[in-house]
Amino acid sequence: MSEAPVSQAFLDHSVRLAQITNPESQIVHFADPLPLDCGETLAPFSIAYQTYGTLNADKSNLVLVCHALTGDQHVANIHPVTGKPGWWDTMVGPGKPIDTNRFFVLCPNVIGGCMGSTGPSSTNPRTGRPYGLDFPVITIADMVRAQARLLDHLGIPDVLCVLGGSMGGMQVLEWAATYKDRMFSAVPIACAARHSSQNIAFHEVGRQAVMADPDWCQGRYLEQGTSPRKGLAVARMAAHITYLSDEALHTKFGRNLQDRDKITFGFDADFQVESYLRYQGLSFVDRFDANSYLYITRAMDYFDLAADHGDVLANAFQGTRTRFCLVSFTSDWLFPTDESREIVHALNAVAANVSFVELKTKGGHDSFLLYEPELFDTIRGFLNSAARHRGILEPKEWRP
Amino acid sequence: MNVNVPPHAVRTTDTSRVDLLLIAEMVMPGARVLDIGCGDGTLLRLLASRRGVDARGIELSQAGVNSCVAQGLAVIQGDADTDLVHYPDLAFDYAILSQTIQATYSPRHVLEQLLRIGRRAIVSFPNFGHWRVRTELLLGGRMPRTDNLPDRWYDTPNIHLCTINDFLGLCRDIGAKVERAVALNAYGTKLGVSMPLFMQNLFGEQAVFLLSR
Repeated sequence: MSEAPVSQAFLDHSVRLAQITNPESQIVHFADPLPLDCGETLAPFSIAYQTYGTLNADKSNLVLVCHALTGDQHVANIHPVTGKPGWWDTMVGPGKPIDTNRFFVLCPNVIGGCMGSTGPSSTNPRTGRPYGLDFPVITIADMVRAQARLLDHLGIPDVLCVLGGSMGGMQVLEWAATYKDRMFSAVPIACAARHSSQNIAFHEVGRQAVMADPDWCQGRYLEQGTSPRKGLAVARMAAHITYLSDEALHTKFGRNLQDRDKITFGFDADFQVESYLRYQGLSFVDRFDANSYLYITRAMDYFDLAADHGDVLANAFQGTRTRFCLVSFTSDWLFPTDESREIVHALNAVAANVSFVELKTKGGHDSFLLYEPELFDTIRGFLNSAARHRGILEPKEWRP
Repeated sequence: MNVNVPPHAVRTTDTSRVDLLLIAEMVMPGARVLDIGCGDGTLLRLLASRRGVDARGIELSQAGVNSCVAQGLAVIQGDADTDLVHYPDLAFDYAILSQTIQATYSPRHVLEQLLRIGRRAIVSFPNFGHWRVRTELLLGGRMPRTDNLPDRWYDTPNIHLCTINDFLGLCRDIGAKVERAVALNAYGTKLGVSMPLFMQNLFGEQAVFLLSR
């Protein structure tokens, strides 16, 4: 979610728009309709995805990475739009915790997204125009169902590990509840079994900012040749604060002034933190679609795993044989540790095999994207242990 | 939680620790085990390697948990006093409490929980009836400090110390059946089974109990 500062090179809008129909990654088109929780179906639909490493002969080394709200399938390659390294480049690669010498890593763009998987900016086959708000409201379960269809298409029966942070973690939990027999292990990071009231509130602020922008055009901005840049940038600025922490912001910026010696008694970006947020907002609109932001935030809001299982979270995991490893961060106030602990208690109630670590970090919710040595050790140790129990050969680095 | 270290510190244990070997010996191969207060995971590793068990752990200190998980052990951060209630009845073949019961807030509740979630419970603890402890109090007139119990009265995590006799009393009160009881002397040697109970309570520095409902 947070991005390393890059050169302010002008990003060509057409590069981003091209990803919607012709992404620079692998893509599968499905003619069979995808049934959705809202009662509608999506057909045809496409899933764009990236892979790293090699699938072994018995197809047992697949690690499925689920991306977060504003992430995409470009986990560990140069991003086609921003030109920057993938969002989990530090975690996924040869010799890295998710070791592509050992595992076959797959990351699909979620449906509702804007990087090649079918979403609100895709063409509606009924009208020949972009879906806009005619796109059906999707859920986390719909995203996961689409991913399972992708695995079917690739002929991969089951997954060694499904892994993801934030909304990615919600997908991991949904996988664990729905496809118990198709996954050996699960790593939900910095997430919750349901989106909290406070988090729904933050999302609503973001959506209202987008929809208040006149350039949103009731969702039909693509046909008007415009984009609600200001609204989406404000949404991103507000959201970005929730991904960090008071301490992280204070350490990074304090009350430092931006390119000036004293305050100006005006509304320019006097403070560095303001300048930083404006930059985060502007760079986000160059790579993300406003309607996708509405739809995907909504999918997170609707996520409530217990509600789908008779209001008892443990029911969602009844009979599971999956090995779980949950991770939370002390500085994460968006998905605080208690939310993970609730999941742990539900897993204990069904005597599931579960590990749980709370890592001490300063980076807030975004800690899962940062270089946190303890996070890396946890993922590496858990994944190697899962692989060992699955009988997948150990790389030389592994130390007992 | 341990007799030798302050609370919240990671318990590191010597693999050759006799009480751990004794516990491992009591566990049937291939069983499902929960080690409560698993420290740095020494017993879990021992159980997994020697008895091939499905071993899980709960540990209070976050540092201990993190190091266990990074080694691939299934461990969660939790508290024996409050978190055992989340497990279903008979979820494990053995629920183990190694050198931890004396540091719990409510030993009776914890022991009852152990016998609820495990078919058997294995409990080891330092024996406060040991002659050194008795002489320290009798002759020194101060709260005893021994190699096994080195903390001062105001900084010890051990808030509910007991003797072997006391523990047997608790077992009787909650209807726990003692399947095996072993006392170890200061050198970690098992005291003879023929030794009468009052002698074990005097010469046993620590005790390991195998209990069932």
